[in-house]
Amino acid sequence: MKKITLVQMKTGAKGRIVQLEGGPAFESRLSAMGVRIDKHIVKLSAFVLQGPVAIRSGNTVLALGYGMASKIWVELIKK
Amino acid sequence: MKKIVLIGNPNVGKSVLFSRLTGVRVLVSNYPGTTVEFLEGYVNIDGEQMKILDLPGTYSLEPNAPAEEVAVKMIEEADLVINVVDATNLERNLYLTMTLLEQRRPMIIALNMFDDIKHRGISIDVAKLEDLLGVSVAPTSGITGLGIKQLKERLVEAKPGQFDRGTHQERWQKIGDIIDKVQQLSHRHHTLFEILEDASVNHAWGVAIAIFIIAFSFKTVRFLGEGLIKYVLEPFFQLVYKPVLESFSIYLQNKPFLHNILLGRMIDNNIDFEKSMGLLTTAPYIEFVIVLPYIFAFYLLLSFLEDIGYMPRLALLLDNIMHRLGLHGFAIIPILLGFGCNVPGIIATRILESKRERFIASTIISIGVPCAALQAMIFGMLGKFGARYVIAVYLVLFSVWLFLGAALNRLLKGYSPELFIEIPPYRWPDFKLLFKKMFLRIKGFVVDALPIVLLSVLIINLLQQIELFESISQFFAPLLNKVFGLPKEAAWALIVGFLRKDIAVGMLIPLKLTVKQMMIACVVLSMSFPCVATFIIFLKELGPRRLFQAVLITLSITFLGGATMNFFLH
Repeated sequence: MKKITLVQMKTGAKGRIVQLEGGPAFESRLSAMGVRIDKHIVKLSAFVLQGPVAIRSGNTVLALGYGMASKIWVELIKK
Repeated sequence: MKKIVLIGNPNVGKSVLFSRLTGVRVLVSNYPGTTVEFLEGYVNIDGEQMKILDLPGTYSLEPNAPAEEVAVKMIEEADLVINVVDATNLERNLYLTMTLLEQRRPMIIALNMFDDIKHRGISIDVAKLEDLLGVSVAPTSGITGLGIKQLKERLVEAKPGQFDRGTHQERWQKIGDIIDKVQQLSHRHHTLFEILEDASVNHAWGVAIAIFIIAFSFKTVRFLGEGLIKYVLEPFFQLVYKPVLESFSIYLQNKPFLHNILLGRMIDNNIDFEKSMGLLTTAPYIEFVIVLPYIFAFYLLLSFLEDIGYMPRLALLLDNIMHRLGLHGFAIIPILLGFGCNVPGIIATRILESKRERFIASTIISIGVPCAALQAMIFGMLGKFGARYVIAVYLVLFSVWLFLGAALNRLLKGYSPELFIEIPPYRWPDFKLLFKKMFLRIKGFVVDALPIVLLSVLIINLLQQIELFESISQFFAPLLNKVFGLPKEAAWALIVGFLRKDIAVGMLIPLKLTVKQMMIACVVLSMSFPCVATFIIFLKELGPRRLFQAVLITLSITFLGGATMNFFLH
């Protein structure tokens, strides 16, 4: 299965997080807010010109900067 | 006295629960040696008075930020920990619960927003949850008051958690097992609130909604502010307060000095609230009639938008622009607060991570963000000529913050951290709490502003009496005339602007400026030196070196901005 980053994902697409590429501190910060390997997420929106990305993970909606979003890799889940 | 600590993720209704538990006597404190604020109150359990502390919301106990470090220390010092958990978001909330249980302090869980889970299609087996976590779980609802009494009664059941310290994978593993056993989700239809929630983070709909909300807020603030002035305060001052002052004036007839200080000069044998410059006339008039109504309206709107959960959405939408200024979207919160009064705005920059961000945000606030006092005057003075002039002033100021922020971002070393925030669901605010917060903000403003308003009016009053005005005006005449195209009499207004911006604009009224001059004066006043209160808070929060840099930037930008406007406007 091909993996892509949150940035490359299309708005509305669903995915499973497979890799976090930013070191342990980055991982634990994300983890505390529920973003972790194997978690299913939906991309809600993205903003132009390297703007932030919004995702839904469980019942939580999160906003992440472009840089952070490009370090989170997902595998798309087909409907 | 026993100490209870209230801890939980942000947006779980912790403050509402706290106010339910404590009632009225609440104090805002700082943890010694930090800028981390928490609330302190008292609760009576079985006749025993206990102190209860409301910590800032946190997602973990890993010391990533000052708030978390403080949380760890306070938990160590506490006799009892109440972990507030959002029942509508159990899985994510349990992460903090796990780390708390690892601390092995006596603890109980308040499963908050419990009344909200049914219509979200969630069901939770509370008994099983208690069993698996090994501590008591009390379902509560801060909004309705459900379960608060039971929570108080069950505090005695608090006991230390029995979990060993784990990695975050291990914690999530345990949480996964627990969730499988206690929580069931059923399908249900989206509510209107949820549809709006999704729309407001969408790149197209979100922007449209934001523009609507900002325009609506602007209109409402004007409508409320003007309404209060026209129908409540102006009549009160003219019909009730003025006659009192007039009899006082007769009483003071033989004491001209005192008359002059308290009531000011009589204009055409009449007390003129705008021009008399007395401590009992112009000072309270500017503070309470012209400025306070807008402060009231502004904080009402702002507190509402905060409590309903709109602000993080605005942070998301503006992140892109803010990034160019070396900030991230969340910085919009202190900046918006600055539109009320720059002082709390600069204090609120504490929520930003780095010193660099705090400097950029504080400088933008003190230069490019006109406070409500100044805005009230801008509306009043420039609004008469037409809305487009008011809009033009705002556009000039807005381009100044874009330009200034971009320049600072280039010049200052360091990088801008990234946005990473939760966007909470919309929730109908608890109005009691909202009004309390609003009242504290307004009180803070009046307490800070009133002494300075009185002092400025007094100084102007005395200076008018010794006729120093002329020589000072003469000294600044070339600068004002050639660079800004303003009459030399405006010098005093600009100097007074350092004390209070609103009084400064008030001093421009008798000068009969043209629209162009008025626009320049408004822009120059709002960009030039911050008022003395802002000055002091800037010094306190960021230190003398940063303040000095900000003042240099301020002076050059004012000079450039004013001169450019004078050159290009006709």
